[in-house]
Amino acid sequence: MQMFEYEFFRHAFLAILLITPLFGVLGTMIVDNKMAFFSDALGHSAITGIAIGVVLGMTDTTLSMIIFGIIFALFLNWIKYRGKAGAETIISVFASCGLAIGLAVLSMGGNFSKYNSLLIGDILSITHRELIGLGLAFIFTGIFWFFCFNRLHFVSINTSLAKSKGIPVRLYDNMFVILMSVIVMLSIKWVGLLIINALLILPAAAARNLARSMRSYHLYSVLIAVFCGVLGLILSYYTDIATGPMIVLLASAVFFLTFFKGR
Amino acid sequence: MRRIKPKLCGNHCTKVEHVSVTLDQNPILEDVNFHLYCGEMLTIIGKNGAGKSTLMKALLGEIPYKGRIIFEDMRNGYKSRLKIGYVPQHLTFDKNSPTTVYDFFASCISRKPVWLWKDKVVYEKIKKELERFQAENLIDQCLGDLSGGELQRVLLSIATCPMPNLLLLDEPISGIDRNGTMHFYELLDQLKREYDLSILMISHDLDFVYEYSDRVLLLDKNVVEEGRPEEVYKTQAFKETFGYTTYHRMEE
Repeated sequence: MQMFEYEFFRHAFLAILLITPLFGVLGTMIVDNKMAFFSDALGHSAITGIAIGVVLGMTDTTLSMIIFGIIFALFLNWIKYRGKAGAETIISVFASCGLAIGLAVLSMGGNFSKYNSLLIGDILSITHRELIGLGLAFIFTGIFWFFCFNRLHFVSINTSLAKSKGIPVRLYDNMFVILMSVIVMLSIKWVGLLIINALLILPAAAARNLARSMRSYHLYSVLIAVFCGVLGLILSYYTDIATGPMIVLLASAVFFLTFFKGR
Repeated sequence: MRRIKPKLCGNHCTKVEHVSVTLDQNPILEDVNFHLYCGEMLTIIGKNGAGKSTLMKALLGEIPYKGRIIFEDMRNGYKSRLKIGYVPQHLTFDKNSPTTVYDFFASCISRKPVWLWKDKVVYEKIKKELERFQAENLIDQCLGDLSGGELQRVLLSIATCPMPNLLLLDEPISGIDRNGTMHFYELLDQLKREYDLSILMISHDLDFVYEYSDRVLLLDKNVVEEGRPEEVYKTQAFKETFGYTTYHRMEE
């Protein structure tokens, strides 16, 4: 395959191999917790994180994105736990507001075109250093999932029950959204904020149609994510279509196939 | 009547003293007082919106309240926090999650990640726990495929692992057929006799409450009536709440 001769393609390929299993794994919990809405808001807030970084004059806005993402996620969780009706509306208002602030700041002076890649992502431009960042996130998520998944899972089934067993529900929930925001912020430049949520949700949603246990759920979700990611990257190379949308199209196709198979 | 007298060890007592809950300026509970002894089944009845679920949440420590809820262990001569087991309403579960009974149970009692492998030792332990409620053959089934009664038995075995001193049940039998309900109550009765625990339950099923409860508490913001079922069911307040002129048990 001649495309592997290019360094940028090898980097992109490695990035896909790191990002997609992470998304497959995180997606299982996002879908189980019915947090699709939440992760969507988080994705949109990334642009505000970048805007803050730009205003502060940072050259690398990843840090400002991650910090803002974590604060935003904890804030959304706080709204959720206040237990008042209409939390979804409030989250939606903050997400739109954040998106608008980010767009407003970044478009100041008519320069938005240089941020276009943020919207649909540009995985081919990933550098060696950024790959190491993703690699660390991969290892950290693996460790976290190994030690904390059982508790998270129990909390996701029924919070009152988890509380009665002495599990610190809020702590686990907050840890999960922090992890989620770090992963989303680290990968959003490569995946694009318009489609990141689709990548988080689709593999797990498709896996749910087939799986009969937590083990098969994780296995299918990761396999579907990696398969769509790799195939999407290769197809986008040949068809000259952006990688992110290509992967989402494939994942949607898998979802519909499993949806009708699962019925 | 088939009631079995509870064996009281007299060592544990749950005391609810002057408990009030206000949500958004609406008083939900006002000065609720009652005691619950070990080996006893106390059922809370009342119309919708009487504050039954709120009381349960206060007991679980999920909402702030005024007053005191004390769990006393008299054996050691000091007050301690007793172990609570909780059986939620079965309706509040996601039926589509690919979670087997093993996954559910193991994620509660074990640290070994259920998404990676099925642990033999944990599997056998769970099977043993489920056997207590004749639910061991459900271990590999998904939660969504269980009937209401089956799910309740699984929840009961999770609530009693480890065995609590106080078991809280929130409308455990809503949506379960008569046989399932009967079976469930028999299990509770057996639990109460074999292990030294108190059971506090919210229920709407007046027939079963009458037959299986040691005491009944009629709640409407505060404790309106309290006593043995046959006493409470005779009161004016009971008749006004449930619209019976005279209460007839189902067999009669």
